[in-house]
Amino acid sequence: MTIIITAVLFATGLGVFLAVVIGATARAFAVEIDQRVETITGMLPGVNCGGCGYAGCADFAKAIVEGRTIPSQCPVNTPVNITRIAEYLGITAGEKEKVVAVVRCSGSCAVTVRSPYNGIRDCRSAALVAGGAKGCDFGCIGFSSCARACPFNAIEIRDGLAVVHPDLCVGCGKCVDTCPKSLIVLVPATVDVHVYCNSPEKSVLKRKVCKTACIACRKCVKAADSENQMIVNGFLVATNYSNPPLPDLIEKAACPTTALRLASKHASGAYEGVLK
Amino acid sequence: MTNDILVITIGAILVNNFVLSKFLGICPFLGVSKKLSTALGMSGAVIFVMALASLVTSAIYKYILSPTFTINGTAINLTFLTILVFIVVIAALVQLVEIILQKFSPPLYQALGIFLPLITTNCAVLGAAMLNVQTNRGVMASTVFGTCSAIGFALALVLFSSLRERLDLAKVPTPFQGTAIALITAGILAMVFMGFSGLV
Repeated sequence: MTIIITAVLFATGLGVFLAVVIGATARAFAVEIDQRVETITGMLPGVNCGGCGYAGCADFAKAIVEGRTIPSQCPVNTPVNITRIAEYLGITAGEKEKVVAVVRCSGSCAVTVRSPYNGIRDCRSAALVAGGAKGCDFGCIGFSSCARACPFNAIEIRDGLAVVHPDLCVGCGKCVDTCPKSLIVLVPATVDVHVYCNSPEKSVLKRKVCKTACIACRKCVKAADSENQMIVNGFLVATNYSNPPLPDLIEKAACPTTALRLASKHASGAYEGVLK
Repeated sequence: MTNDILVITIGAILVNNFVLSKFLGICPFLGVSKKLSTALGMSGAVIFVMALASLVTSAIYKYILSPTFTINGTAINLTFLTILVFIVVIAALVQLVEIILQKFSPPLYQALGIFLPLITTNCAVLGAAMLNVQTNRGVMASTVFGTCSAIGFALALVLFSSLRERLDLAKVPTPFQGTAIALITAGILAMVFMGFSGLV
């Protein structure tokens, strides 16, 4: 009997002792947490994408409270929540233009010459081996390094080509550094017309390896409403994002290689199989 | 003494590796081995907790649980409470450490993060404490054993997570994708560690 009582008493005593010690320690070493940081973290998307430039949503919330940044620096947050944060702290939300990523290449497997590649399925590894599997040295390799980096699953690899879905992309910019060909740029979300080619090579050489390359025929430049809406740079034309053309330029220009595309239609696959 | 310690060290890290030959701590081994960075965080937490837990539990066993007391003429020995006491003490200990860390070393607290409470009730930690009791090691030898077992665990975890990161990029046949290929890899890794078996 004594042994049962001793055991019970010992176990109870140990429990109480440990509880008291933990309680006392928690009281003695209490860390003061700014309640506002937690509230603001709750108003942030919580995906920890790093698009704001801070280590995560909690870190960003801390930075807002300490006045090191403004609520609108978060590219993912809804305008409603941004205003709520600003009102909660009594500060101005600030303005931030919404940007989206664009992969400046339209060379899917169907339109580019391909060589066999059996190495690691990663763009950066493939780029080290003679610049990737596709004929074009400047085009998308299509091994989804960018898609894996995207926290929002906004990049789809369709027929060996990375395609950004502008409605899912929040413009955090995580994919930009992953592309060994530097094909991905962040552009204003209001612009829909892009040239899906980034090869500076001569038009003849480009056409040999890719059916949808920009051949700098200047049709779009001439069809544009004003002179500098499309910029010609050697054998490559690009949208002038500070003076962007309207979406109707696509019909007016009638790009012979379909390198000139609307981002929204490109994402839905409207240009696939247009060129035989 | 030095010789003993050396034998314990090599034995715990390589020969009787906790994960790959004793099959303790398989849950975190599979759970947090998808990325090298999380594996490193977990390894740090495990080393920390196992070293502390071995030290405290072996001291408790030596000075409280194993001696026989006499109360009212009845001889009482509390060794049968070992598992219970160890679980409670380890859990409380980790909780204490967490509170103190948060106060004095926020960066370390951030780095160990969720892994510290996760590892509290892990069988590897309790396993190390129980093995110390079974083999009758002193407090010093127990601490060394605990630390080295944890280093062995960390070694296995880091190796395995690197393998899994590499596996992510490889073409794996559909039936083997995910956990299946991970378990096969773990098995092969365990066989590799069998090569150390003649070492001590």
